[in-house]
Amino acid sequence: MTGEFTGAPRDVAIVACAQSDHRRRTDELSEVEMLMPVLHEVLERTGLTTADIGFTCSGSSDYLAGRAFSFTLALDGVGAWPPISESHVEMDGAWALYEAWIKLLTGEADTALVYAYGKSSPGSVRDVLTRQLDPYYAAPLWPDSVALAALQAQALLDAGHADEPALAAVAARSRDAAADNAHAQLRGARPQGEYVVRPLRTGDCPPVGDGAVAVVLSAGDRARALCARPAWIRGMDHRVEAHSLGVRDLTDSPSTRLAAERAGAFVRPVDTAELHAPFTSQEVVLRRALRLDDGVLVNPSGGALAANPVMAAGLIRVAEAAGRVHRGASDRALAHATSGPCLQQNLVAVLEGESRV
Amino acid sequence: MSEAATAKECVAVVGIGQTKHVAARRDVSIAGLVREAARRALDDAELTWADVDAVVIGKAPDFFEGVMMPELYLADALGAVGKPLLRVHTAGSVGGSTALVAANLVASRVQRTVLTVAFEKQSESNAMWGLSLPIPFQQPLLAGAGGFFAPHIRAYMRRSGAPDSVGSLVAYKDRRNALKNPYAHLHEHDITLEKVQSSPMLWDPVRYSETCPSSDGACAMVLTDRAGAARAPRPPAWVHGGAMRSEPTMFAGKDFVSPRAGKDCAADVYRQAGIGDPRRQIDAVEMYVPFSWYEPMWLENLGFAPEGEGWKLTESGVTELDGDLPVNMSGGVLSTNPIGASGMIRFAEAALQVRGLAGEHQVDGARRALGHAYGGGSQFFAMWLVGAEPPTT
Repeated sequence: MTGEFTGAPRDVAIVACAQSDHRRRTDELSEVEMLMPVLHEVLERTGLTTADIGFTCSGSSDYLAGRAFSFTLALDGVGAWPPISESHVEMDGAWALYEAWIKLLTGEADTALVYAYGKSSPGSVRDVLTRQLDPYYAAPLWPDSVALAALQAQALLDAGHADEPALAAVAARSRDAAADNAHAQLRGARPQGEYVVRPLRTGDCPPVGDGAVAVVLSAGDRARALCARPAWIRGMDHRVEAHSLGVRDLTDSPSTRLAAERAGAFVRPVDTAELHAPFTSQEVVLRRALRLDDGVLVNPSGGALAANPVMAAGLIRVAEAAGRVHRGASDRALAHATSGPCLQQNLVAVLEGESRV
Repeated sequence: MSEAATAKECVAVVGIGQTKHVAARRDVSIAGLVREAARRALDDAELTWADVDAVVIGKAPDFFEGVMMPELYLADALGAVGKPLLRVHTAGSVGGSTALVAANLVASRVQRTVLTVAFEKQSESNAMWGLSLPIPFQQPLLAGAGGFFAPHIRAYMRRSGAPDSVGSLVAYKDRRNALKNPYAHLHEHDITLEKVQSSPMLWDPVRYSETCPSSDGACAMVLTDRAGAARAPRPPAWVHGGAMRSEPTMFAGKDFVSPRAGKDCAADVYRQAGIGDPRRQIDAVEMYVPFSWYEPMWLENLGFAPEGEGWKLTESGVTELDGDLPVNMSGGVLSTNPIGASGMIRFAEAALQVRGLAGEHQVDGARRALGHAYGGGSQFFAMWLVGAEPPTT
């Protein structure tokens, strides 16, 4: 088995990002209305119009919208006229970014627009996510996402990798960091709260909310023309694990480790990591899998504990990491996205700014 | 075009697998269904699960089976554990889009051998109501896809002056072709033109026999690079061009009869493949025809006939299995429609033709074939052109 990058890589970078203010509910907005300002903002930042974009790719889920083909309505908002080269993943937008990156690597496009959105507020997202489970054996029991994460957290505590104060410290650090993030849903210090499902307390769980994110990718000199300090994608990979929780070691994330290895994350240390860890316990698992020591700044945005719009939260991690590179706050950043129960599927991207003279 | 464009890796189809499509596969789970197609594709390529570097899976809306992001649960069944697994969803065109995303993984040299799978198990729900969005997202009484497309078919008939009989000719041809395809869902051994023409009217002018069935089924392909193709036990099909195009669902300037996204998509594929005259240079076409009248409509949209004259090709027998531009040799979507897989079946059947492995529905000497898929409100298009020889440029 190969799978390693064998060709001459074409340099591709993230040149602009935009996101909505993530909120508990947006009853007054349709998904398209929530997304439109974000699309306009990301294009304005580069001075590009829809006609300049060679490939468009999005991530979303019909199950959040409660109707089939919900992404078709968002496409109208993009303004796909004259017709555009476009695709969609029914996954977090981080995987749409991966599809767009591949497209740019083939040389068939030089610039790509990637967006994702999710409105968790219209339904009970804990219940909705149970529909992701094996439909014959697990889903009929309706085990919800917090209960499954609690199983993982308890396994972690039992293995001695963390204790409840350590989880509380993750929550406190994340929410303090979010104080500086104008887009975050929960900002500033918060009490750890009561147990939701033992051993997870309110503070260990992500908020439910709505939000959207968009990024623009470009290749080579085009990227340099569009952005003063592009966030070059040095590598990106994703891996999936078995679905059944019974056959996985929930205290580890081998798929994250493998994706990081293939993305080149271990070649040199990173200075920043944006981890898509909706639960405090999952940050503990991911830090170990990614070998992140205390010298690495983890989730300076506040992470998914401060805002977790489902289907957008992974791409938001990439956007936050890229934003730090753009601003010169990071030279080499890792971005991570997850999907599925208890970190079943994981994506890692390594972003770098060109060294400043 | 940038420098990297010429450095693309060639992509070859070396394995194809389908299930026998039926109304209800009560003997298998969703996992069992996709694994059956994937296993057959690997057997065709004489490869094992371990030879696969990545898996790309597609299907139409998750609501059809009631499983949100089913790729998560299917990871084990598709041998994807420890590998990249990507899930594509572009409405009815998804089977084609999925194959193109998989092909790009090889073309970019990020992966060498990719398994791509598309499926639908429609028996686990009711697709007509799955496609009928709740009010206020859609007007009342617009039941199912037929209700959406029938007015556009009438517009085509009025615009082209096509006689009423053309639709039934397409259905009669496709259902006869399906008799030669062991995987086709509908095997109507007693089909006659009169039976098609006397079948009940569903959405005027679309009759029952001019409508696709609801099928359970899956289709899979193994795509690989030049080195992988050299090791393949059977002739590969080479990808000469592939493209996707999308346009908005509804707006004042949209031509529902011949959408510009379809024309642009075909033009891009022909440019990549060096096709200047599709009518002469392409030997066989698998196009997405869920309602019979879409054959003449797409013949025009894809550049095989001038505007308003697609129906003349159909009426004169050009698109018959033994005509000089055979269309839907496999029986097409009219005979088999596991929605999420239907686009990939078109792509796979085009590949089977140029590999010379299409069995009883093989077109003699097919060297270049087009696979076509569309979806949404005629707004998403995916196409590829495959050849018996590797691309020269």
